[in-house]
Amino acid sequence: MSDNTASSAALPVLTVRDLKLHYFTSKGVVRALDGLSFDLLPGETIGLVGESGCGKTTTGVALLNMPSPPGRIVEGSIRIDGTEIVGLGDHELRRKVRWSKISMVFQGAMNCLTPVYTIRKLMRETYAEHFVGERIDAAAIEVLMRKYVTLVGLPEHVLGRYPHELSGGMKQRVVIAMALFLEPKVIVMDEPTTALDVIVQAQILNLIKRLKRELKLSYIFITHDLATEAEVADRILVMYAGKMAELGSNEEIFGPAGSRHGPLHPYTQKLLASTPLLRKKVSELAFIPGAPPDLIDPPAGCRFAPRCSFAKEKCRSVEPPVAEIENRHMVACWKAMEDPEYVRA
Amino acid sequence: MCALKMSPAMPERPGYFGYDDSNVILELRLLRKEFHVHRGRTIVKAVDGVSFQLHRGEILGLVGESGCGKTTTGKLIMKLIEPSSGAIIVDGEDRTRLPREREIEYRRHVQMIFQDPYASMNPHFKVKDVLEEPLLIHKIGRTRSERMDMVAEVMEKVKMSPASEYMDRHPHMLSGGQRQRIATARTLILKPQIIVADEPVSMIDLSTRAEILHLMKSIQREMELSFLYITHDISTARFFTDRIAVMYLGRIVEIGSQDEVIDHPIHPYTKALIAAVCEPVPGRVGIERELQVKGEIPSAAAIPAGCRFHPRCPFAAKECEELPEPELEDIGGGHLHACRRWKEI
Repeated sequence: MSDNTASSAALPVLTVRDLKLHYFTSKGVVRALDGLSFDLLPGETIGLVGESGCGKTTTGVALLNMPSPPGRIVEGSIRIDGTEIVGLGDHELRRKVRWSKISMVFQGAMNCLTPVYTIRKLMRETYAEHFVGERIDAAAIEVLMRKYVTLVGLPEHVLGRYPHELSGGMKQRVVIAMALFLEPKVIVMDEPTTALDVIVQAQILNLIKRLKRELKLSYIFITHDLATEAEVADRILVMYAGKMAELGSNEEIFGPAGSRHGPLHPYTQKLLASTPLLRKKVSELAFIPGAPPDLIDPPAGCRFAPRCSFAKEKCRSVEPPVAEIENRHMVACWKAMEDPEYVRA
Repeated sequence: MCALKMSPAMPERPGYFGYDDSNVILELRLLRKEFHVHRGRTIVKAVDGVSFQLHRGEILGLVGESGCGKTTTGKLIMKLIEPSSGAIIVDGEDRTRLPREREIEYRRHVQMIFQDPYASMNPHFKVKDVLEEPLLIHKIGRTRSERMDMVAEVMEKVKMSPASEYMDRHPHMLSGGQRQRIATARTLILKPQIIVADEPVSMIDLSTRAEILHLMKSIQREMELSFLYITHDISTARFFTDRIAVMYLGRIVEIGSQDEVIDHPIHPYTKALIAAVCEPVPGRVGIERELQVKGEIPSAAAIPAGCRFHPRCPFAAKECEELPEPELEDIGGGHLHACRRWKEI
């Protein structure tokens, strides 16, 4: 279970093994992230996708070892560039990990820029946070700031502007520039285009693609929208109720129905079938009855079983492990594993 | 102070609507709404001459980016705000300005479903109180038990059955999808003719979004309701609507049957909107989307002269800037657009 990723030529930049992050609330322990393992290769984008509450954002903040209280990483390992970060203290994480090895574009960050600071001051603060107690070479930082602002497609004079003077798309570019600032190799993007209008969304997606190519970045791209994942992610990790349901390549997840490719987990299949398409007219959209389970007291067996039309007795009692079905295509579903007649819907 | 304001002379219906009047339930004629901000120094033209007709028993989608005035248009129709000029005609009668008592009666026939099912219900109310309140306001039903029968009936209609199981719950005990069913039931209980739905599913998880849309559509067909569906999401509009009106910066730039508008768009803005939409198909990673439209929607306080889209339009010529704004033009089959150069591009 812990080593289910086939070895590949390149060493992964990020290795996550059996990661568990629980929230210790007054109502009980919410098992928001309950055992997740995957490898991120250099220059690769993994798309984390799922409904709200499935643990996507929890995974994102866990990768920076920055759980929001009352959350805590209770188990597992995260290695970035060979460094184990679970168990590191806050000071070390700040100095050696966050922003220099892995950074994050938070959901809605563009609307949380301190309104009384100029973009220059905001960016400089990112730098100062990292090098607490060290002398900062203002001229060198200015050069860096100009470089990254230009790189994200903004004119240099935005450094002197206040957040309210910028449009939504420009603010999102500033947030991305701030994530790039200390030259990390891995960036976690949490719904970076959700709050934007569709044309601006496409502009930002183009930027994200260009930066990946030019700076050889690896992304963890979090969104609830499968269509956006199809646009950016080399591999898609579908999450359900704090666990991995499926991990497959873009072609495997979005491949044409009935072909050799295609999603294997019933949840992925249903989620895809419920996505409205613009360029093709459909009279019926699928939906999944019911709601995701309570993560304080998740159901025994497969967590999707109560909503799954294929669920059998075994699904309700024994939890399916994550298994590799085809080359690097992983799925946690008894039916996909055991039924040779299984036809991809 | 609260004397009835006289309706100004009703604006002429723009020449481009040639429909049979008997089929029109709601008509907007050159509707405008200006907001005076900065102590009147700035005029924001949120809705700037909107004309369209909503037919009996149809779903019209009002699609556009944030800031295009689509929500303001919805609020004007609901009479939550007063228009600056223009007319709102319901069932052949001018309802642009109404005294307070008539406004309540008006809203019995014109109801609204709001975007946020978490904010649109009083948290202290039980489901049955949420649904009874419109009956009390409109003095429908003599006794509580009579009203409760109506509540139970409408709950069955939105598939919240058995009604007795949900009636005594508070909104926080319901999922987003269930809340939006209750919000729908709250409008239906008054047996309205027109429903204005402002992004009714944008806050609902993908797996249940289709379920809510299916439900709304089947109720709409069954009760022959006229539905105005306001959304930024042209993909759900394709699935849900009969006709689509595309709005840009306070105006409608294209309107027609959904097939026509999406498969054969004419206005460069509609084309740009459609080109920017992502879809869950493989083979897109690493390819930057070709976007001819640059920049973002300008402020409604500074609407460009001439065609308001010309600064962003890849096909703009001198005439687009210099000549007055183009009116909607019918190219047949009820497909109208406001682009002067449509034949050349």
